[in-house]
Amino acid sequence: MAIVDLTNVTYKYPLTDSPALQNINLQVNEGEFVAVIGPNGAGKSTLCYTIAGFVPHFFKGEITGTVEVAGNESSKSSLHEWVLNVGLAFQNPFNQISGAKYTVFEEIAFGLENTGVPHEEMKSRVENALKLTGISDLADRSPYSLSGGQQQRVALTSILVMQPKVLVLDEPTSQMDPIGTREVFGVIRTMAEKGMTVILAEHKVEWIAEFADRVIALHDGKILLEGKPQEVLTSDLLLDKGFGISRYTSTAREARKQGLWKKDKLPVTLDEAVEGFS
Amino acid sequence: MRIEISNLQFTYPTGVTALNGISLTIDLGEQVAIVGQNGAGKTTLVKHLNGLLGPTSGYVRIGDWDTKNQSVAKLARRVGYVFQNPDEQLFSKNVGTEVAFGPRNLGYTGEQVQSLVNDALAMTELSDKTKTNPYDLSATWRKMVALASVIAMDTDIVIFDEPTTGQDAANITRIANVIKVLRERGKTVITITHDIDFCAENFERVIAMGQGKILLDGKANEVLGQEEVLATTYVDPPQLTRLGKRLGFANTVRNQEEFLAALRK
Repeated sequence: MAIVDLTNVTYKYPLTDSPALQNINLQVNEGEFVAVIGPNGAGKSTLCYTIAGFVPHFFKGEITGTVEVAGNESSKSSLHEWVLNVGLAFQNPFNQISGAKYTVFEEIAFGLENTGVPHEEMKSRVENALKLTGISDLADRSPYSLSGGQQQRVALTSILVMQPKVLVLDEPTSQMDPIGTREVFGVIRTMAEKGMTVILAEHKVEWIAEFADRVIALHDGKILLEGKPQEVLTSDLLLDKGFGISRYTSTAREARKQGLWKKDKLPVTLDEAVEGFS
Repeated sequence: MRIEISNLQFTYPTGVTALNGISLTIDLGEQVAIVGQNGAGKTTLVKHLNGLLGPTSGYVRIGDWDTKNQSVAKLARRVGYVFQNPDEQLFSKNVGTEVAFGPRNLGYTGEQVQSLVNDALAMTELSDKTKTNPYDLSATWRKMVALASVIAMDTDIVIFDEPTTGQDAANITRIANVIKVLRERGKTVITITHDIDFCAENFERVIAMGQGKILLDGKANEVLGQEEVLATTYVDPPQLTRLGKRLGFANTVRNQEEFLAALRK
């Protein structure tokens, strides 16, 4: 059953002429891991904000169509009810960190404090969340003394600790080193396997191919393509539109022109490339 | 204008030693990428080149200047620095004045300023946006404004701190083109990046840092092939390097051209 259900959603930010999202229809099942790709300006962040309720509750503007999460309709709910079901980690952690807390531990407890979680439970949930994302050693540091990649882990942890049904992530690893990125993707995958629904806006195609169940390609505010990662990420429809494409795919495509790639399907992952070129 | 760093140590006031004995020379016109895990000391190192930080011990020379004896304002004549987050450096009400700010402060005449600005805007594909407020532009274009405002200062050395973070494929290509033009003009370009494929395709020399030290420093193919050492600083080799290795290629390859050439053999 779909836990996220968008029907004919069109949205315009205040003071803009053209819609940021146009006629979006999207159903996401419980426990599904969906990646959203697209060039900058395609509407990825706006889609994240819409599912997380920031559109229209915070950004205002004009929205038509319906947005439902866990059976509730966004336009009929308040943001403080909405956050109990949906958590959003921002693209820039600097915009998310509260500024009201001196330590990472307190920062991560912030959401729980504001939703009335008992003290002892709060402590154990924060400790577990810190362990999950591998930042227990940062617990006593100031959130502002951290590197960009570390701040992103704090931002993600402060959402995971809320145990939302739906986790929305807007480029959560953009400032992380490659192996840190892989670790965080592993954590997200684990959460999905435990039943959390994940919607992830991301440019890092190689990891999407490895971890996501489904890929949505957005372009100019519309869904251009959706389907299995392998099919979407190798589609010729993505060419020349500013989509990120894995080097395995682009190199195999060039190799095919030169008669050096014989398979029907192009590769996205290392394993697929090794198999096809061997 | 050679950069010479000798036995550089740096300890933050908090007691964290971020750089622990860095020695390095970079000649004029070299294109160098610095890779390594979060917290390896990459940004701390490049902040020593324009004097934002000063050595706890050791020295940093930019040409004949020891950075210890020069102000940040003076070092700005030789070293341009594009911050990771453009919002930390943009403040003017339109793109034209933002980009003119640097060269104007270096004392160029009005005519020279205009020609430097025009050139930087053309290079970053911003010529049609001179009257726009930088904050009315998307993050992608704000990044290009940040690049242009440093390029317009026409320094011999240009530093980019994670230029491709959060950028889409089209803008990464634009940034690669800017670096190419700077190379053709004989500038030194030093780039910190986590985007190892971008690094492989645009830089001839790669430095891998970890825990405040230099782990590897050499030609891109030599450095990027060393999977075990790179793993200690949380870096994976580029996609095509890994693929070449899995296919048993004799030599390290790092871009499509090298890969296809090796495949044909």
